[in-house]
Amino acid sequence: MDQYQHIAATEKFLRGEMSPDECRVFEETRRSNPAQDQLFVEHQLMLDRMVTYAERKRVKANLHDIHQTLQESGDIQPLEKEVQGKLLELWTRYRRVVGVAASIAGVTALLISGITAVFAPKAPITVVEELRRKVSRLERQSSNQRAEINAVRKKIEPGREVSFGGTSFLIDAKGYLVTSAHVLTDATGVVVQNHTGEEFRATIVFADIQRDLAILKIEDDDFLPKSALPYGISRNGMEIAEPVFTLGYPKDEVVYGEGYLSARSGAEGDTLSYQLSISANPGNSGGPVINRKGEVIGILNARQAKAEGVVFAIRSLNIYRLVEEMKDQNLAKGLRLSAASQIKGLDRIRQVRKIQDCIYMVKVLM
Amino acid sequence: MGYKSQRWGIKNRSVSRSDRDSLLLKGLALNEKDAIHFIYKENFSLVQTLIIRNNGTEDDARDVFQEALLVLYEKSQTDDFELTCQIRTYLYSVARRIWLKKLQYLKRFESPDEDLVETVSIEEDLEAHEKRTAQYGVMKAAMGRLGEPCKSLLEAFYVHQKSMVEISAYFGYTNADNAKTQKYKCLMRLKKLFFAEYKPQ
Repeated sequence: MDQYQHIAATEKFLRGEMSPDECRVFEETRRSNPAQDQLFVEHQLMLDRMVTYAERKRVKANLHDIHQTLQESGDIQPLEKEVQGKLLELWTRYRRVVGVAASIAGVTALLISGITAVFAPKAPITVVEELRRKVSRLERQSSNQRAEINAVRKKIEPGREVSFGGTSFLIDAKGYLVTSAHVLTDATGVVVQNHTGEEFRATIVFADIQRDLAILKIEDDDFLPKSALPYGISRNGMEIAEPVFTLGYPKDEVVYGEGYLSARSGAEGDTLSYQLSISANPGNSGGPVINRKGEVIGILNARQAKAEGVVFAIRSLNIYRLVEEMKDQNLAKGLRLSAASQIKGLDRIRQVRKIQDCIYMVKVLM
Repeated sequence: MGYKSQRWGIKNRSVSRSDRDSLLLKGLALNEKDAIHFIYKENFSLVQTLIIRNNGTEDDARDVFQEALLVLYEKSQTDDFELTCQIRTYLYSVARRIWLKKLQYLKRFESPDEDLVETVSIEEDLEAHEKRTAQYGVMKAAMGRLGEPCKSLLEAFYVHQKSMVEISAYFGYTNADNAKTQKYKCLMRLKKLFFAEYKPQ
């Protein structure tokens, strides 16, 4: 018997499909021929494993279907993480009261905002406040002190003042950064600083005031190009209510903030931007807005002056457009954008740990 | 099959809890959808609460619960199968253990915040389960490297339990015997890949 016939016979034997005569012959060959017996053991082991493999696959598929059905019929429901333990109890007990209270509050809020809108004097047109940060004297002192302690060489020449701060992030591991153009207004020089406090000299490669985007390039021998970026730059649009987060430098240390996409257009119907509900402060300008898959979907640039938590971000697609324009003018040497995120499945803490290496504070010299 | 879900219902007071459990377990042992559906519906939220209160996500809850059900299923396949506690207690105990292990692995471990739900010892069952999972992994890897059409053909026969006649029609063989020949050829190829992955325990 060759191997092929042997495995057929073994399967027939194991499935109990052999006649008693065939069985006797089969067992006789095994007894008299050790090589055949060895083959039998191998084939039996593999077929056995195949059967258990198949069985588990069937059960898993079944469980998967059932989960789906129960979810569709509403028999199992997701449990909100915020509503836990005691809170859950309180919620089930008081949800009616809360509902009524919330609707009264809602109606009142609408009424008041309606009345204010009617009677308030017309607001000045500039309701949008740019998020670049004035570096106060105090902070400047502390950051200078720290830099003196940390850095062996300082990149800011003495006598020049750091006036505004913003955030930027790598779009190409070779050292290309994107930030908001308004951060760089009147700049005569730019220095970027990473989250460990190291400073690097950078040049402004390209700026587009209309889109409020600018591309910087780190031109510093101390900068070690990375192999790849953890996040991708998304070309796609986002859905309202998608959760997002950002990292930026509203102070001398990287700060994490989280929120959601609240509208698909920016201030006064600006379709280049998104509206977000996220906490952002001066200094966050130029920071990335990242979705949970680890894709950059926008660049923070402004917030509504009179409302808390209303923030605008330029859509990431504009980075692609900007880079194309740069290529037309031969300015984007070796600059390549990637849409693929490498941190899709990670939890948030690990995502942030990987991303923060690519977020830089922008220090504008005047 | 042919059960109605109501059959398992609590409303039917003539069936005691333990009788009901043993009926459900019989259904589970045969991988019957209705029985599993009922067990799933009754116990998922308990496990979900446990996982979510302890740093898990909805997806974690689903994975852990399904794994616990798999452990119970495997236990139900053993010859001397007997469940000495309620299905609910068993599933909770297994899920809890699996999740604690995972948390330790992820170093997210804190002392568990949980309801005072009774648990039973399930270490042996879990050990057997882990062994099977390793075996499953070996076969999965071998199948993954097998390539088409062999992979689909073997899955059609072993996983989806199609007859050789159905398979020959689906894959376009002229008759069932040709399909069978192909199947054994595929098994021979699988054998090489399988024993390349295989490590005796």
